[in-house]
Amino acid sequence: MAVWLVPAIVAVVIGVGIFKKVNIYETLTDGAKEGMQTWVSIVPHLVIMMAAVTIFRASGAAGELASWLAPLLSLVGIPADVVPLALMRPISGTATLAMLDQIMQEHGADSYIAKLAAIMQGSTDTTLYVLAVYFGAVGIKKTGDALKIGLLADAAAFFFSVLAATWLL
Amino acid sequence: MGKAEKGADGMVSIAFAFLILAGFLFAAINGTMAEVNEALFASMGQSIELAISLAGILLFWTGVMKTAEAAGMVKGLADAVQPLLARLFPEIPDGHVVFGYIASNMAANFFGLGNAATPIGLKAMRELKKLSGDGDKASRSMITFLALNTAAITLIPTTVIAIGMKNGASDPTDIIIPALAATILSFFFAIVLDRYYAFRRRR
Repeated sequence: MAVWLVPAIVAVVIGVGIFKKVNIYETLTDGAKEGMQTWVSIVPHLVIMMAAVTIFRASGAAGELASWLAPLLSLVGIPADVVPLALMRPISGTATLAMLDQIMQEHGADSYIAKLAAIMQGSTDTTLYVLAVYFGAVGIKKTGDALKIGLLADAAAFFFSVLAATWLL
Repeated sequence: MGKAEKGADGMVSIAFAFLILAGFLFAAINGTMAEVNEALFASMGQSIELAISLAGILLFWTGVMKTAEAAGMVKGLADAVQPLLARLFPEIPDGHVVFGYIASNMAANFFGLGNAATPIGLKAMRELKKLSGDGDKASRSMITFLALNTAAITLIPTTVIAIGMKNGASDPTDIIIPALAATILSFFFAIVLDRYYAFRRRR
């Protein structure tokens, strides 16, 4: 279905544009130019964010921290095997996809741990990435409560994932 | 700086400092400094590769959205969704086109069109910034919009299903319903949190 969705959206936009006598080529390229400015302003944020996340992960700090937090999180029903994934999820989407793959290979794709990890991954987004890109693109420096809300929502999603894995799987 | 950097505003700065310093500290203790060095320099190339792969998508979709706006479609959508979204965004004036961008971004997220969601979301963010008077401080609407994005509802987590298939899951799609339940609950949780913090800031 997805292969039809994008062409359909673009075709409808262009169709309506022609009907409303819009200069299609001009608006497409003008918009692209605007996109170019946005792109330029997000690149610095991408580079710095990936550097910070890489240092944190490659040093083993992420793994160590996960092993400290595991006993605490097991109290709310989050098994130790998925704690590293939960910890990395808000800061790196690619890292956690690799971790999910690893968990499935280790425990089997049909195991409870693998299913729970998949639900956790599927129900959340990379909070720090979204924040850095969205606020970076428009030059917001004072981010208010945004990070707090995003991280708490992630924590809630992990908790809800455990409930959903128990009742709905 | 100074006073303004205190409190929640400095949280992102602290988070980054923590990631970097904790990383170096653990590298020193665990003797992984060589790996950290190697990974760090590799990441710089990777982030530019990521940026390049993002560039075309960003330019293309911003062009499509500009066309949709010129054709009056974004405004039409804005009018349609305003009754729903106005409660979440009390600072946005009646009939403003940004409601259309916000709705388009949420729809793209919902259908898993991450490619389109980001450029449209960035456009919405720009409009919200104009509305807030172009400062460097996130307005209430901008924080709400970010919360909606970090906790966005995804109908079908396609990448996760693909990894399940790759690893030979007997039914890789059985996680769709539980993941949807968890993402919907956390979405509403984020909205409640956002309202709570907005209320606290105003007091």
